[in-house]
Amino acid sequence: MTEPIDFSGWVCPAPLRDYPAIVMGHGAGGKLSAELIEHLFLPAFGGQRGPLTDAALLEISGARLAISTDSFVVRPLFFPGGNIGELAVNGTINDIAMMGAQPVALTASFILEEGMPLDQLGLIAESMGRAARQAGVTLIAGDTKVVDRGHGDGVFITTTGFGMAPAGVSIGPEQARPGDAIIVSGPIGLHGVAILSVREGIEFGAPVVSDTAALHGLVSAMLSSGARIHTLRDPTRGGVAAALNEIAADAKIGIEISERAVPVPPAVQAACELLGMDPLHIANEGKLIAFVDRADADRLLAVMRDHPLGREAALIGYATADHPGVVVARTGIGGMRVVDTLVGEQLPRIC
Amino acid sequence: MKYLDEFRDPELAQRLLDQIRRVTTRHWAIMEVCGGQTHSIIRNGIDQLLPPDIELIHGPGCPVCVTPLEIIDKALAIAARPDVIFCSFGDMLRVPGSRKDLFRVKSEVGDVRVVYSPLDAVKLAQQNPDRQVVFFGIGFETTAPANAMAVYQAARLGLKNFSMLVSHVLVPPAISAIMESPTNRVQGFLAAGHVCSVMGTEEYQPLVEKYRVPIVVTGFEPLDVLEGIRRVILQLEQGRAELDNAYERAVRPEGNVAAKQMLADVFTVTDRAWRGIGVIPRSGWRLSDRYAEFDAERRFDVSNIQTAESTLCRSGEVLQGRLKPNQCPAFGKECTPRTPLGATMVSSEGACAAYYQYGRFIPTGAIGVA
Repeated sequence: MTEPIDFSGWVCPAPLRDYPAIVMGHGAGGKLSAELIEHLFLPAFGGQRGPLTDAALLEISGARLAISTDSFVVRPLFFPGGNIGELAVNGTINDIAMMGAQPVALTASFILEEGMPLDQLGLIAESMGRAARQAGVTLIAGDTKVVDRGHGDGVFITTTGFGMAPAGVSIGPEQARPGDAIIVSGPIGLHGVAILSVREGIEFGAPVVSDTAALHGLVSAMLSSGARIHTLRDPTRGGVAAALNEIAADAKIGIEISERAVPVPPAVQAACELLGMDPLHIANEGKLIAFVDRADADRLLAVMRDHPLGREAALIGYATADHPGVVVARTGIGGMRVVDTLVGEQLPRIC
Repeated sequence: MKYLDEFRDPELAQRLLDQIRRVTTRHWAIMEVCGGQTHSIIRNGIDQLLPPDIELIHGPGCPVCVTPLEIIDKALAIAARPDVIFCSFGDMLRVPGSRKDLFRVKSEVGDVRVVYSPLDAVKLAQQNPDRQVVFFGIGFETTAPANAMAVYQAARLGLKNFSMLVSHVLVPPAISAIMESPTNRVQGFLAAGHVCSVMGTEEYQPLVEKYRVPIVVTGFEPLDVLEGIRRVILQLEQGRAELDNAYERAVRPEGNVAAKQMLADVFTVTDRAWRGIGVIPRSGWRLSDRYAEFDAERRFDVSNIQTAESTLCRSGEVLQGRLKPNQCPAFGKECTPRTPLGATMVSSEGACAAYYQYGRFIPTGAIGVA
């Protein structure tokens, strides 16, 4: 060493948050997405910051209508376990189902890129029809637009769903309360890793297949069990971590989960180890998280495990009155860590 | 999962913790040099399981954090060129330059791509002969062999459209700089296991002798980290200062000889600026003269870069353990996880973020971080 260096002036670089233009992270379901809604859309629309649920409830002459709209942009359009078509049907059905409502009908809107092969579009449309029939919902209206080559990714699909919420059912993120048991309906991370594996050409031993599925049947079974379910949420973009953080914020509760209790398939674990990612941040398309009165947890688990989409349901933790708004996990070796929402996209770490 | 679960066993972790508790008689400050170990410590909550007398100081071993501002600005300038495909490891995209980050360049004009291996960038150069493909070659000795291999392959293939923006940093000179610092409090080091699996352990012996400081080569799984800490504490309690290898399943004294040969061919030692610290002599690698034609700084005219660093945040002092996060004047006021001023507040792995969030319900004294 030539001369000693005084470390006291060390400044670490702070990532930028005030982007003047849209970056990919604004669509990742993390903090950037939330800020876009809170600071740009809500003020412009005249809306108020409240629990931002998956679907809205509209009361029309006594009937309670659940409405949700969702756009689907996926690359590649076809992936192990499904394609953008069934994703667009199942995703919107699930948003309706998470309000405890029974989905009835969907509309679908297509933005097609010049040059999109018709046989591929046909396969996507057939998948949508099949998924809707299986789910018992009708596709009632639609629209198509075409953009110039290079201005779209083959096809973008927006679906809007309509469902009926039974009287007396009041399920929402703000309904979760301290003491509630937290149940996840099965192994997490499959959809995100399936997409990643084909997009990046990385294989993780056994092929990983997306878990895309319509969950309203499972939800029906859960509701008819009589268990006091307070909150349902499908942990899509941002994964289980984003879903739990939103619920913790909306219900003003703390959440404690046990990492060892969370079902993570070996291939998802391997992918996360390799890329420095956290399974709790990986997207799911056929899983739900339920907050249920602790006394009813066993009964609900039994009913879920009787359903094909809930065979591997697991109790992963509890809500608490402590540390409202914060999600923590008991780690595998017995320590505690904070489970945060990502700012934007999850990025592979260097080290 | 095989080869992982064995090193995350809660009962064995408890046994190691008991042993550490039994031998610890006074306060000790240990630095884990590597960002990967910091990640493991926070990710597994190891810091809170240790006896309060053991203080872990997070070292400067996060390659993302220490890559100098000037290099980031050069990367942004190159990435914005219409003829360039700019390839990088993912987490460099959110590191701010003077005014922008790579995410923003990507959203504006740049063709910025995340790759998982520098060899993917070489492949891209082969597939796009009419474009210039530039790889952002940063990191410690760990990432260097693959980067060296990419340059070597590009030379072998005679690629004229591949280059690398190189800003490699080296661990031993950083340890020297820390020990020579007038404000140093570090009494023992966990050396980075993956760095040593490449470089071997020999270059740490002179540091142990010169500074009379225990250095234990340590892995990354919870049991690895606990075993490294246990061995450092044992040395400190017994008044020893030795080089020890607690990561023998991956690290040989001579390291990876083939990788070292390639590194010596492709890179050459140079003075290097560390972001927030300043220049540390002979603390980095640049491309050797033989491979100078692959140097992106030569291929593109980026010599006229004006940098402007933010001076708001005191995370440097936090990183050295000289300042507890909640003693920073900005902590919890201007600086929160939603509006971070420094990297330590950004992710849940950062010391400040951990403090901010845990501090709401765990007494501050119970947290072992800095």
